[in-house]
Amino acid sequence: MFELLSKSLVVFQKDLKLEFRRRYALNAIAMFALTTLVTVSFSIGPLDVEPAVAAPLLWIILFFSAMSGLSHIFIREEEQQTADTLRLVLPPNAVWLGKWLFNVLLLFALELIVVPMFCLMMNISVENLTTFVLIVTVGSIALSSVATIIAAIISLTSSRGALFAVLSLPIALPVLISGIEGTRMAMHGAAFERGLPDLQILFSFSVVIITISALVFEFIWRK
Amino acid sequence: MKLTVSGLWKRYGRRNVVSNVNFELNTGDSVVITGPNGSGKTTLVRLLCGLLAPSKGDIRYKDGEQELSMDAVFAHLGLVGPYLQYYRDLTAYENMQFIAKARGLSVDMPRIDALLERVGLAGRGKDELRTYSSGMLQRFKYVAALYHEPSIVVFDEPTANLDKDGAAIVYDLIQERPDQRMLILATNEPHEIRFGKQHVRIAQ
Repeated sequence: MFELLSKSLVVFQKDLKLEFRRRYALNAIAMFALTTLVTVSFSIGPLDVEPAVAAPLLWIILFFSAMSGLSHIFIREEEQQTADTLRLVLPPNAVWLGKWLFNVLLLFALELIVVPMFCLMMNISVENLTTFVLIVTVGSIALSSVATIIAAIISLTSSRGALFAVLSLPIALPVLISGIEGTRMAMHGAAFERGLPDLQILFSFSVVIITISALVFEFIWRK
Repeated sequence: MKLTVSGLWKRYGRRNVVSNVNFELNTGDSVVITGPNGSGKTTLVRLLCGLLAPSKGDIRYKDGEQELSMDAVFAHLGLVGPYLQYYRDLTAYENMQFIAKARGLSVDMPRIDALLERVGLAGRGKDELRTYSSGMLQRFKYVAALYHEPSIVVFDEPTANLDKDGAAIVYDLIQERPDQRMLILATNEPHEIRFGKQHVRIAQ
Protein backbone atom coordinates (compact mmCIF):
# COMPACT_ATOMS: atom_id res chain seq x y z
CA MET A 1 0.00 0.00 0.00
CA PHE A 2 2.82 2.39 0.95
CA GLU A 3 4.64 1.50 -2.28
CA LEU A 4 1.49 2.16 -4.31
CA LEU A 5 1.04 5.56 -2.67
CA SER A 6 4.67 6.58 -3.06
CA LYS A 7 4.73 5.53 -6.74
CA SER A 8 1.46 7.30 -7.46
CA LEU A 9 2.99 10.44 -5.91
CA VAL A 10 5.88 10.08 -8.36
CA VAL A 11 3.36 10.14 -11.24
CA PHE A 12 1.48 13.05 -9.63
CA GLN A 13 4.66 15.11 -9.16
CA LYS A 14 5.77 14.42 -12.73
CA ASP A 15 2.39 15.53 -14.14
CA LEU A 16 2.38 18.59 -11.89
CA LYS A 17 5.86 19.57 -13.08
CA LEU A 18 4.85 19.10 -16.74
CA GLU A 19 1.67 21.12 -16.18
CA PHE A 20 3.52 24.01 -14.53
CA ARG A 21 6.00 24.00 -17.37
CA ARG A 22 3.64 23.84 -20.36
CA ARG A 23 0.10 24.33 -18.94
CA TYR A 24 -1.52 21.90 -21.41
CA ALA A 25 -4.68 21.28 -19.39
CA LEU A 26 -4.81 24.39 -17.21
CA ASN A 27 -4.96 26.75 -20.20
CA ALA A 28 -7.65 24.68 -21.93
CA ILE A 29 -9.82 24.48 -18.81
CA ALA A 30 -9.30 28.09 -17.69
CA MET A 31 -10.01 29.57 -21.12
CA PHE A 32 -13.14 27.47 -21.56
CA ALA A 33 -14.39 28.29 -18.07
CA LEU A 34 -13.75 32.02 -18.36
CA THR A 35 -15.27 32.44 -21.83
CA THR A 36 -18.37 30.45 -20.81
CA LEU A 37 -18.65 32.45 -17.61
CA VAL A 38 -18.45 35.77 -19.43
CA THR A 39 -20.92 34.59 -22.12
CA VAL A 40 -23.44 33.43 -19.51
CA SER A 41 -23.06 36.60 -17.48
CA PHE A 42 -23.56 38.82 -20.58
CA SER A 43 -26.57 36.84 -21.79
CA ILE A 44 -28.26 37.03 -18.37
CA GLY A 45 -27.45 40.72 -18.08
CA PRO A 46 -28.61 42.65 -15.02
CA LEU A 47 -31.41 40.18 -14.23
CA ASP A 48 -31.54 38.61 -10.79
CA VAL A 49 -30.81 34.93 -11.22
CA GLU A 50 -32.76 32.45 -9.12
CA PRO A 51 -30.87 29.52 -7.58
CA ALA A 52 -33.00 27.21 -9.80
CA VAL A 53 -31.23 28.75 -12.82
CA ALA A 54 -27.84 29.59 -11.29
CA ALA A 55 -27.12 26.07 -9.98
CA PRO A 56 -27.50 24.33 -13.39
CA LEU A 57 -25.47 27.10 -15.06
CA LEU A 58 -22.63 26.64 -12.57
CA TRP A 59 -22.54 22.86 -13.06
CA ILE A 60 -22.72 23.18 -16.86
CA ILE A 61 -19.65 25.44 -16.73
CA LEU A 62 -17.84 23.06 -14.37
CA PHE A 63 -18.75 19.94 -16.39
CA PHE A 64 -17.72 21.24 -19.80
CA SER A 65 -14.60 22.91 -18.42
CA ALA A 66 -13.62 19.58 -16.90
CA MET A 67 -14.37 17.84 -20.20
CA SER A 68 -12.16 20.29 -22.08
CA GLY A 69 -9.07 19.64 -19.98
CA LEU A 70 -9.11 16.53 -17.86
CA SER A 71 -8.74 14.11 -20.78
CA HIS A 72 -5.24 15.48 -21.49
CA ILE A 73 -3.86 13.40 -18.64
CA PHE A 74 -3.86 10.17 -20.66
CA ILE A 75 -4.17 11.46 -24.23
CA ARG A 76 -0.88 13.35 -23.85
CA GLU A 77 0.92 10.16 -22.78
CA GLU A 78 -0.38 8.27 -25.84
CA GLU A 79 0.24 11.11 -28.30
CA GLN A 80 3.79 11.74 -27.07
CA GLN A 81 4.46 7.98 -26.97
CA THR A 82 5.37 8.06 -23.29
CA ALA A 83 2.56 5.69 -22.26
CA ASP A 84 4.74 2.62 -22.88
CA THR A 85 7.43 4.13 -20.67
CA LEU A 86 4.87 4.39 -17.86
CA ARG A 87 3.73 0.82 -18.55
CA LEU A 88 7.29 -0.45 -18.17
CA VAL A 89 8.28 1.41 -15.01
CA LEU A 90 5.10 1.60 -12.93
CA PRO A 91 2.33 -0.71 -11.75
CA PRO A 92 -1.03 0.19 -13.39
CA ASN A 93 -2.77 1.23 -10.16
CA ALA A 94 0.00 3.69 -9.30
CA VAL A 95 -0.47 5.30 -12.74
CA TRP A 96 -4.23 5.55 -12.28
CA LEU A 97 -3.99 6.90 -8.71
CA GLY A 98 -1.38 9.50 -9.65
CA LYS A 99 -3.43 10.67 -12.64
CA TRP A 100 -6.62 10.76 -10.55
CA LEU A 101 -4.94 12.87 -7.86
CA PHE A 102 -3.73 15.27 -10.52
CA ASN A 103 -7.19 15.64 -12.11
CA VAL A 104 -8.80 16.23 -8.69
CA LEU A 105 -6.26 18.93 -7.90
CA LEU A 106 -6.69 20.54 -11.33
CA LEU A 107 -10.48 20.73 -10.96
CA PHE A 108 -10.16 22.13 -7.42
CA ALA A 109 -7.76 24.79 -8.69
CA LEU A 110 -10.22 25.71 -11.43
CA GLU A 111 -13.09 25.94 -8.97
CA LEU A 112 -11.13 28.20 -6.65
CA ILE A 113 -11.18 30.75 -9.48
CA VAL A 114 -14.42 30.00 -11.32
CA VAL A 115 -16.89 29.54 -8.44
CA PRO A 116 -16.19 32.89 -6.67
CA MET A 117 -16.15 34.64 -10.08
CA PHE A 118 -19.47 33.01 -10.99
CA CYS A 119 -21.08 34.17 -7.74
CA LEU A 120 -19.65 37.65 -8.18
CA MET A 121 -20.61 38.11 -11.84
CA MET A 122 -24.10 36.64 -11.40
CA ASN A 123 -24.62 38.50 -8.15
CA ILE A 124 -25.44 35.34 -6.24
CA SER A 125 -25.19 35.02 -2.49
CA VAL A 126 -24.84 31.52 -1.14
CA GLU A 127 -26.95 31.22 2.00
CA ASN A 128 -25.56 27.90 3.26
CA LEU A 129 -21.86 28.04 2.54
CA THR A 130 -20.93 24.76 4.30
CA THR A 131 -23.35 22.66 2.22
CA PHE A 132 -22.33 24.54 -0.94
CA VAL A 133 -18.61 23.92 -0.41
CA LEU A 134 -19.20 20.24 0.45
CA ILE A 135 -21.43 19.65 -2.60
CA VAL A 136 -19.00 21.32 -4.99
CA THR A 137 -16.00 19.54 -3.42
CA VAL A 138 -17.46 16.01 -3.41
CA GLY A 139 -19.09 16.63 -6.81
CA SER A 140 -15.71 17.61 -8.23
CA ILE A 141 -14.11 14.44 -6.89
CA ALA A 142 -16.88 12.44 -8.59
CA LEU A 143 -16.46 14.39 -11.84
CA SER A 144 -12.67 13.96 -11.80
CA SER A 145 -13.04 10.24 -11.14
CA VAL A 146 -15.34 9.81 -14.16
CA ALA A 147 -13.07 11.97 -16.32
CA THR A 148 -9.92 10.04 -15.35
CA ILE A 149 -11.18 6.55 -16.22
CA ILE A 150 -12.95 7.71 -19.40
CA ALA A 151 -9.75 9.53 -20.43
CA ALA A 152 -7.82 6.26 -20.00
CA ILE A 153 -10.33 4.43 -22.22
CA ILE A 154 -10.56 7.01 -24.98
CA SER A 155 -6.79 7.59 -25.12
CA LEU A 156 -6.59 4.17 -26.82
CA THR A 157 -9.03 5.17 -29.56
CA SER A 158 -8.58 7.35 -32.63
CA SER A 159 -11.54 9.78 -32.24
CA ARG A 160 -10.56 10.99 -28.79
CA GLY A 161 -12.00 14.51 -28.52
CA ALA A 162 -15.55 13.65 -29.53
CA LEU A 163 -15.71 10.44 -27.53
CA PHE A 164 -14.70 11.99 -24.23
CA ALA A 165 -17.74 14.19 -23.72
CA VAL A 166 -20.10 11.64 -25.34
CA LEU A 167 -19.01 8.86 -22.98
CA SER A 168 -18.64 11.04 -19.90
CA LEU A 169 -22.06 12.72 -20.02
CA PRO A 170 -24.24 9.66 -19.37
CA ILE A 171 -21.89 8.36 -16.68
CA ALA A 172 -21.61 11.75 -14.98
CA LEU A 173 -25.35 12.44 -15.16
CA PRO A 174 -26.01 11.40 -11.51
CA VAL A 175 -23.22 13.81 -10.46
CA LEU A 176 -24.82 16.65 -12.39
CA ILE A 177 -28.32 15.95 -11.09
CA SER A 178 -27.28 15.69 -7.43
CA GLY A 179 -24.74 18.50 -7.76
CA ILE A 180 -27.33 20.85 -9.24
CA GLU A 181 -29.98 19.95 -6.66
CA GLY A 182 -27.58 20.23 -3.71
CA THR A 183 -26.16 23.53 -4.99
CA ARG A 184 -29.66 24.93 -5.54
CA MET A 185 -30.62 24.12 -1.94
CA ALA A 186 -27.37 25.55 -0.56
CA MET A 187 -27.95 28.77 -2.51
CA HIS A 188 -31.50 28.92 -1.12
CA GLY A 189 -30.13 28.53 2.40
CA ALA A 190 -31.76 25.16 3.14
CA ALA A 191 -30.54 23.36 6.25
CA PHE A 192 -27.59 20.97 5.94
CA GLU A 193 -29.91 17.98 6.51
CA ARG A 194 -31.82 18.81 3.32
CA GLY A 195 -28.67 18.78 1.24
CA LEU A 196 -27.41 15.60 2.89
CA PRO A 197 -29.11 13.10 0.50
CA ASP A 198 -27.44 14.75 -2.51
CA LEU A 199 -24.13 14.79 -0.68
CA GLN A 200 -24.55 11.09 0.10
CA ILE A 201 -25.32 10.31 -3.56
CA LEU A 202 -22.24 12.22 -4.70
CA PHE A 203 -20.08 10.51 -2.09
CA SER A 204 -21.42 7.03 -2.91
CA PHE A 205 -21.04 7.67 -6.63
CA SER A 206 -17.41 8.69 -6.08
CA VAL A 207 -16.70 5.56 -4.04
CA VAL A 208 -18.28 3.33 -6.72
CA ILE A 209 -16.43 4.97 -9.64
CA ILE A 210 -13.10 4.98 -7.78
CA THR A 211 -13.51 1.30 -6.86
CA ILE A 212 -14.51 0.28 -10.41
CA SER A 213 -11.64 2.33 -11.84
CA ALA A 214 -9.11 0.66 -9.54
CA LEU A 215 -10.45 -2.76 -10.58
CA VAL A 216 -10.67 -2.26 -14.35
CA PHE A 217 -7.79 0.13 -15.00
CA GLU A 218 -5.19 -2.63 -15.37
CA PHE A 219 -7.21 -4.27 -18.18
CA ILE A 220 -7.58 -0.95 -19.99
CA TRP A 221 -3.95 0.03 -19.45
CA ARG A 222 -2.45 -3.30 -20.52
CA LYS A 223 -4.43 -3.18 -23.81
CA MET B 1 16.44 -16.31 -16.38
CA LYS B 2 14.78 -18.18 -19.22
CA LEU B 3 12.42 -16.98 -21.94
CA THR B 4 10.23 -19.50 -23.78
CA VAL B 5 8.20 -18.35 -26.75
CA SER B 6 5.87 -21.02 -28.10
CA GLY B 7 3.31 -20.87 -30.90
CA LEU B 8 3.11 -17.09 -30.79
CA TRP B 9 0.56 -15.40 -33.05
CA LYS B 10 -0.64 -11.81 -33.29
CA ARG B 11 -3.57 -11.02 -35.51
CA TYR B 12 -4.99 -7.58 -36.40
CA GLY B 13 -8.38 -8.11 -37.99
CA ARG B 14 -7.84 -10.79 -40.64
CA ARG B 15 -4.13 -10.17 -40.96
CA ASN B 16 -1.57 -12.25 -39.11
CA VAL B 17 1.26 -9.91 -38.15
CA VAL B 18 3.17 -12.50 -36.15
CA SER B 19 2.72 -16.14 -37.17
CA ASN B 20 3.79 -19.11 -35.09
CA VAL B 21 7.06 -17.83 -33.60
CA ASN B 22 8.95 -20.28 -31.36
CA PHE B 23 12.30 -19.92 -29.60
CA GLU B 24 14.00 -20.22 -26.23
CA LEU B 25 16.50 -17.89 -24.66
CA ASN B 26 18.56 -18.12 -21.48
CA THR B 27 20.68 -15.59 -19.65
CA GLY B 28 23.82 -15.19 -21.74
CA ASP B 29 21.93 -15.92 -24.96
CA SER B 30 21.06 -13.46 -27.66
CA VAL B 31 18.62 -13.43 -30.55
CA VAL B 32 18.46 -11.13 -33.53
CA ILE B 33 15.10 -10.66 -35.20
CA THR B 34 15.21 -9.57 -38.84
CA GLY B 35 12.67 -9.15 -41.60
CA PRO B 36 11.55 -6.63 -44.19
CA ASN B 37 9.61 -3.47 -43.25
CA GLY B 38 6.12 -4.32 -42.09
CA SER B 39 6.97 -7.95 -41.39
CA GLY B 40 6.07 -7.64 -37.69
CA LYS B 41 9.46 -7.23 -35.99
CA THR B 42 8.27 -4.41 -33.78
CA THR B 43 5.02 -6.22 -33.01
CA LEU B 44 7.04 -9.27 -31.95
CA VAL B 45 9.30 -7.11 -29.75
CA ARG B 46 6.28 -5.43 -28.14
CA LEU B 47 4.75 -8.84 -27.49
CA LEU B 48 7.97 -10.07 -25.86
CA CYS B 49 8.07 -6.95 -23.66
CA GLY B 50 4.47 -7.38 -22.52
CA LEU B 51 3.34 -4.18 -24.24
CA LEU B 52 0.92 -6.15 -26.42
CA ALA B 53 -1.15 -9.23 -25.65
CA PRO B 54 -0.71 -12.19 -28.05
CA SER B 55 -3.71 -13.49 -30.02
CA LYS B 56 -2.47 -17.04 -29.44
CA GLY B 57 0.54 -18.72 -27.89
CA ASP B 58 2.71 -18.23 -24.83
CA ILE B 59 5.53 -16.02 -23.67
CA ARG B 60 6.97 -17.26 -20.39
CA TYR B 61 9.79 -15.81 -18.37
CA LYS B 62 11.23 -18.04 -15.65
CA ASP B 63 13.74 -17.28 -12.93
CA GLY B 64 14.96 -20.75 -12.00
CA GLU B 65 11.79 -22.77 -11.65
CA GLN B 66 9.65 -19.78 -10.75
CA GLU B 67 7.52 -18.24 -13.49
CA LEU B 68 7.62 -14.44 -13.46
CA SER B 69 4.60 -12.18 -13.83
CA MET B 70 4.90 -9.40 -16.42
CA ASP B 71 5.24 -6.84 -13.60
CA ALA B 72 8.23 -8.79 -12.29
CA VAL B 73 9.65 -9.01 -15.82
CA PHE B 74 9.40 -5.22 -16.22
CA ALA B 75 11.76 -4.81 -13.25
CA HIS B 76 14.43 -6.76 -15.19
CA LEU B 77 13.69 -5.31 -18.63
CA GLY B 78 15.54 -2.54 -20.46
CA LEU B 79 13.91 -1.56 -23.74
CA VAL B 80 15.03 0.83 -26.46
CA GLY B 81 12.63 1.29 -29.35
CA PRO B 82 11.37 3.99 -31.68
CA TYR B 83 7.90 3.89 -30.04
CA LEU B 84 9.27 4.35 -26.53
CA GLN B 85 9.73 8.03 -25.78
CA TYR B 86 10.56 10.10 -22.72
CA TYR B 87 9.23 13.44 -21.51
CA ARG B 88 10.45 16.15 -23.85
CA ASP B 89 9.39 18.94 -21.46
CA LEU B 90 11.58 17.52 -18.69
CA THR B 91 15.36 17.62 -18.57
CA ALA B 92 17.41 14.46 -18.90
CA TYR B 93 18.06 14.56 -15.13
CA GLU B 94 14.34 15.01 -14.37
CA ASN B 95 13.46 12.13 -16.67
CA MET B 96 16.01 9.90 -14.97
CA GLN B 97 14.85 10.95 -11.49
CA PHE B 98 11.29 10.07 -12.50
CA ILE B 99 12.31 6.69 -13.92
CA ALA B 100 14.46 5.80 -10.90
CA LYS B 101 11.72 6.72 -8.40
CA ALA B 102 9.04 5.00 -10.48
CA ARG B 103 11.12 1.81 -10.44
CA GLY B 104 11.53 2.17 -6.68
CA LEU B 105 15.27 2.82 -6.97
CA SER B 106 17.36 5.55 -5.41
CA VAL B 107 18.43 8.43 -7.63
CA ASP B 108 22.12 7.80 -8.20
CA MET B 109 23.36 11.01 -9.83
CA PRO B 110 26.96 9.83 -10.37
CA ARG B 111 25.59 6.77 -12.23
CA ILE B 112 23.28 8.96 -14.32
CA ASP B 113 26.22 11.24 -15.17
CA ALA B 114 28.39 8.24 -15.99
CA LEU B 115 25.73 6.81 -18.33
CA LEU B 116 25.19 10.21 -19.98
CA GLU B 117 28.92 10.47 -20.52
CA ARG B 118 29.04 6.92 -21.86
CA VAL B 119 26.55 7.76 -24.61
CA GLY B 120 28.17 11.10 -25.41
CA LEU B 121 25.69 13.34 -23.60
CA ALA B 122 28.00 14.62 -20.87
CA GLY B 123 26.99 18.10 -19.70
CA ARG B 124 23.51 17.88 -21.28
CA GLY B 125 21.69 16.55 -18.20
CA LYS B 126 20.13 19.89 -17.34
CA ASP B 127 18.69 20.42 -20.83
CA GLU B 128 15.08 19.60 -21.67
CA LEU B 129 14.79 16.70 -24.09
CA ARG B 130 12.95 18.97 -26.55
CA THR B 131 16.30 20.66 -27.21
CA TYR B 132 17.89 17.31 -28.18
CA SER B 133 18.33 16.17 -31.77
CA SER B 134 16.82 12.83 -32.81
CA GLY B 135 20.23 11.18 -32.47
CA MET B 136 20.68 12.58 -28.96
CA LEU B 137 17.22 11.36 -28.00
CA GLN B 138 18.18 7.89 -29.22
CA ARG B 139 21.34 8.03 -27.10
CA PHE B 140 19.31 9.13 -24.07
CA LYS B 141 17.06 6.08 -24.47
CA TYR B 142 20.06 3.88 -23.61
CA VAL B 143 20.66 5.84 -20.40
CA ALA B 144 17.03 5.26 -19.36
CA ALA B 145 17.02 1.61 -20.45
CA LEU B 146 20.28 0.64 -18.74
CA TYR B 147 20.08 2.62 -15.48
CA HIS B 148 18.67 -0.33 -13.50
CA GLU B 149 21.17 -2.82 -14.96
CA PRO B 150 18.52 -4.98 -16.64
CA SER B 151 19.03 -8.70 -17.16
CA ILE B 152 16.74 -8.69 -20.22
CA VAL B 153 17.87 -6.18 -22.81
CA VAL B 154 15.67 -5.47 -25.82
CA PHE B 155 16.88 -3.15 -28.56
CA ASP B 156 14.51 -2.45 -31.45
CA GLU B 157 16.29 -0.65 -34.31
CA PRO B 158 19.22 0.10 -31.99
CA THR B 159 21.06 2.51 -34.28
CA ALA B 160 18.08 4.44 -35.66
CA ASN B 161 18.96 8.15 -36.07
CA LEU B 162 22.51 7.60 -34.87
CA ASP B 163 25.68 8.80 -36.57
CA LYS B 164 28.78 6.63 -36.91
CA ASP B 165 30.07 7.51 -33.41
CA GLY B 166 26.67 6.91 -31.86
CA ALA B 167 26.38 3.53 -33.56
CA ALA B 168 29.84 2.57 -32.26
CA ILE B 169 28.78 3.45 -28.70
CA VAL B 170 25.64 1.35 -29.07
CA TYR B 171 27.58 -1.62 -30.45
CA ASP B 172 29.82 -1.43 -27.36
CA LEU B 173 26.75 -1.36 -25.11
CA ILE B 174 25.24 -4.35 -26.93
CA GLN B 175 28.36 -6.38 -26.23
CA GLU B 176 28.60 -5.45 -22.53
CA ARG B 177 28.00 -8.05 -19.78
CA PRO B 178 27.08 -10.77 -22.33
CA ASP B 179 27.02 -13.56 -19.72
CA GLN B 180 24.77 -11.69 -17.30
CA ARG B 181 21.89 -10.78 -19.56
CA MET B 182 19.68 -11.96 -22.37
CA LEU B 183 19.72 -9.84 -25.52
CA ILE B 184 16.87 -9.43 -27.99
CA LEU B 185 17.70 -7.26 -30.96
CA ALA B 186 15.39 -6.36 -33.86
CA THR B 187 17.07 -4.78 -36.82
CA ASN B 188 17.07 -4.11 -40.55
CA GLU B 189 20.86 -3.85 -40.67
CA PRO B 190 22.46 -7.07 -42.02
CA HIS B 191 25.76 -6.39 -40.20
CA GLU B 192 23.97 -6.39 -36.83
CA ILE B 193 22.99 -10.06 -37.18
CA ARG B 194 26.45 -10.92 -35.76
CA PHE B 195 25.30 -9.82 -32.30
CA GLY B 196 22.91 -12.76 -31.97
CA LYS B 197 23.65 -16.38 -31.18
CA GLN B 198 20.21 -17.14 -32.63
CA HIS B 199 18.54 -15.57 -35.63
CA VAL B 200 14.78 -15.32 -36.11
CA ARG B 201 13.88 -14.27 -39.63
CA ILE B 202 10.32 -13.07 -40.16
CA ALA B 203 8.88 -13.35 -43.64
CA GLN B 204 6.39 -10.75 -44.89
